[in-house]
Amino acid sequence: MFNSSLKALSAQLADRKISSVELTGEFLKRVDALNPVLNAFITVDPEASLAQARIADAMIASGRAGPLTGIPVAQKDIFCAKDWLTTCGSKMLSNFVSPYDAHVIERFNAAGAVNLGKTNMDEFAMGSSNETSFFGPVKNPWDIKAVPGGSSGGSAAAVAARMAPAATGTDTGGSIRQPAALCGISGIKPTYGLVSRYGMIAFASSLDQGGPMAKSAEDLAILLNAMVGFDGRDSTSLERQPENYAKDLERPLAGLRIGIPAEYFAEGLSLDVEKAVQAAISEYQKLGATIVEVSLPNTRLSIPVYYVLAPAEASSNLSRYDGVRYGYRSANYKDLAEMYENSRAEGFGAEVKRRIMVGTYVLSHGYYDAYYMQAQKLRRLIAADFAGSFEKCDVIMGPTSPSTAFDLGEKGDDPVQMYLSDIYTIAVNLAGLPGMSIPVGFGDNGRPVGLQIIGNYFSEAKMLNVAHQYQKATDWHSRMPNI
Amino acid sequence: MQWEVVIGLEVHAQLSTESKIFSGASTAFGAAPNAQACAVDIALPGVLPVLNRGAVERAIKFGLAVGAKVARRSVFSRKNYFYPDLPKGYQISQFDLPVVLGGEIPILVDGVEKKVRLTRAHLEEDAGKSLHEDFHGMTGIDLNRAGTPLLEIVSEPDMSSPLEAVAYAKELHSLVRYLDICDGNMQEGSFRCDANVSVRRPGAPLGTRREIKNLNSFRFLQQAIEYEIQWQIDTLESGGKIQQATVLFDSDKGETRAMRSKEEAHDYRYFPDPDLLPLEISEAWIEEVGKTLPELPQAKRSRYVSDFGLSAYDAGVLTSSKELAAYFEEVVSIYSDPKVCANWVMGEVNGWLNKAGIEIARCPISSRALAGLLNRIGDGTISGKIAKEVFEAMWNGEGEADAIIESKGLKQISDSGALEKIVDEIISNNPSQVADYRAGRDKLFAFFVGQAMKATKGQANPAQLSEILKQKLAG
Repeated sequence: MFNSSLKALSAQLADRKISSVELTGEFLKRVDALNPVLNAFITVDPEASLAQARIADAMIASGRAGPLTGIPVAQKDIFCAKDWLTTCGSKMLSNFVSPYDAHVIERFNAAGAVNLGKTNMDEFAMGSSNETSFFGPVKNPWDIKAVPGGSSGGSAAAVAARMAPAATGTDTGGSIRQPAALCGISGIKPTYGLVSRYGMIAFASSLDQGGPMAKSAEDLAILLNAMVGFDGRDSTSLERQPENYAKDLERPLAGLRIGIPAEYFAEGLSLDVEKAVQAAISEYQKLGATIVEVSLPNTRLSIPVYYVLAPAEASSNLSRYDGVRYGYRSANYKDLAEMYENSRAEGFGAEVKRRIMVGTYVLSHGYYDAYYMQAQKLRRLIAADFAGSFEKCDVIMGPTSPSTAFDLGEKGDDPVQMYLSDIYTIAVNLAGLPGMSIPVGFGDNGRPVGLQIIGNYFSEAKMLNVAHQYQKATDWHSRMPNI
Repeated sequence: MQWEVVIGLEVHAQLSTESKIFSGASTAFGAAPNAQACAVDIALPGVLPVLNRGAVERAIKFGLAVGAKVARRSVFSRKNYFYPDLPKGYQISQFDLPVVLGGEIPILVDGVEKKVRLTRAHLEEDAGKSLHEDFHGMTGIDLNRAGTPLLEIVSEPDMSSPLEAVAYAKELHSLVRYLDICDGNMQEGSFRCDANVSVRRPGAPLGTRREIKNLNSFRFLQQAIEYEIQWQIDTLESGGKIQQATVLFDSDKGETRAMRSKEEAHDYRYFPDPDLLPLEISEAWIEEVGKTLPELPQAKRSRYVSDFGLSAYDAGVLTSSKELAAYFEEVVSIYSDPKVCANWVMGEVNGWLNKAGIEIARCPISSRALAGLLNRIGDGTISGKIAKEVFEAMWNGEGEADAIIESKGLKQISDSGALEKIVDEIISNNPSQVADYRAGRDKLFAFFVGQAMKATKGQANPAQLSEILKQKLAG
């Protein structure tokens, strides 16, 4: 049951072989058993989950069930969910119970899905290892000495350890794809604007995008169908004809043109990761795909560009956490300035503070043109690289992360080393393109390797098709950690 | 020693939308604290702004009315600073790409017309309010006003006296109300002025300016600028220097006072708000809004002068508010002597309104009723003098002109037989005055008019009476 696909679970629910209350109960038990080790969840609320499961069971009984009705889904703690503690991994929001639902949560509720709990994450989604969470690091289920990746590390670990059939994540610079890769699961970041950001706590508004994390591409398609949709409350939400993301899953890959950027296989890529990724590409050739060389010369600029733009937006987005209206307020202050200073000094962790300071600096008078404006220009160049490449190919492939999961604490003292682990994922956010990661094997240390698939705007159905055909031919995605 | 004064104004006009500029919460004034602050207004985690089209439409309307360029593309930026009544820690405003560029406002001071150029007008959200009273050493925050749409209208430093500044502010105030984009209520803060003031020697480069913040009446605007000018001149003449500063006007003391430098030392770190797309305004939208533009005060004034033959001053008074002009035009549409109508509206109507301290909208005498009264003067039923008595009765709710004339028996005596009889009696009762008059004391004519009016309780038709008197006295 824990390794079943969403389709299989849904069928069991429909056939009344199991009720949603029973299914939810089973997963809650597994969370209970594994969370003390993995720390994947910040909040579980069995009563709230089971109440939703009962509603789902009623929907199933009355014949109003959809593909997600009764399925427990773990929600990244960045999504506001009514009456749930919503912390964003921060002390600053450690007491914040949301009075409203994010659009994504509304969509899952409407689909009859069950909120299984809120998953751990890097504080305000700032991190690549889940070590910046105020609630402690998440452990990688494949090796508890290793990080699960970040920032959606709790969601990735929960799905990898089969504590949840599926989960949500958000991706600002790789926060769905990188932990998916490091935990051996599948995850997709859709085209910017497809999933509403309403109720998704902002890190860097022009880059943030929600998406699903699951065991397979087929499951991702079902989840994406629920998550995507126009929302008038998000001005960057795109109004498009609804699309069935599962519609092309079974299409054969003959004639598929895969673009391989030389820049993604250059210095800094671990040999074992390269080997697994090359093997996956060979598998695609067997499936009828052809290989095209493409070039993304400005990829090397993506980390500096990202670490100007994302902190700039973050420094402003996080200004609302001032201890005035909600959230953490220092007990120790004499006047207004001290209330702000102490609340923010005590409420935010080191990485968040570092990025607020960087962001404040790059937006400051006299530096704005040199940093922010310059970075915006380069951002357009990075997007143009992709546009050129997609004239020659249907999808771009490469590694998701330069190495398999690193050890907890390994990069803790060196933020730049940590930032470099997102080298292959960041450019996709800067361009607003969809990107995904699927498991394609293991490294020398037995930790999973992810293949990144980058598509053109709105090509999610094609990407899921590409991923699904591979997963039909291989079994990496159905391997479970021994935990 | 001569000093030249240079004044520029920044006016924040609250736009008359039902809901806020980036949220669906109501903008109505006077609700209980925080009753009109929704999740977006209090900046909960995860909420996002959505631009209110009504606010944009009002900005377009303003741009068209002042002959400005309405930007096809403008950008909302974040102005970052911390303050407890600024929930997001930034204000969404427009910075380098505002929605309205240029334009001008004509003003009339001492009979001289001058054009004040506008630099720009941009859309932004208002902050909330900090309440320092009643909280015993703490501060209360009311976010009802947070997110209220504002149009900040920035003038060039084209005004050279407090009177010009007030004339400009009044003209702008009248304009936004004509356009129906702002209710203009200054007490409630719907129309607030900041004045940038500097002085210089004629021909010298611009002096250092100080900005007087948040002036919410025309009187304070004038007082504050007058005080500030004097203060700057005194400072310079006693060898001091002016430091650029933001100052507040203390209306009790009638003084301006600089804020502590800490209160204003800000680097706002403006950058385009990534939550909002650039504001694109199509030609078609501008055209559509253009069709809704009413006749503007300036055009109305010219029309009153050319079509109605009124003086520029009278035209100015009558067009000072849209409602007064509408009232006047309704009166004219029934009683077609514009000068008489103008005199009554500016004289009796305005006089009584001022005395009662109410606006024309609440005038107890409708334009139709006033025209009815004027008709009775025109057709000779009553004299102008009696009409004032009738007006007062109408004001007091005693009914329409005809009913009052009837019930009070105020109808003018135009029956020449009756008038002749009265005149004959006066002549026979006052032989010595008649003799004196006939001997050349013309001034005594007024005496006979007075006697006749007394005898008729003022109801004699004055023109007719005068005619008969002249005839009979001539012997």
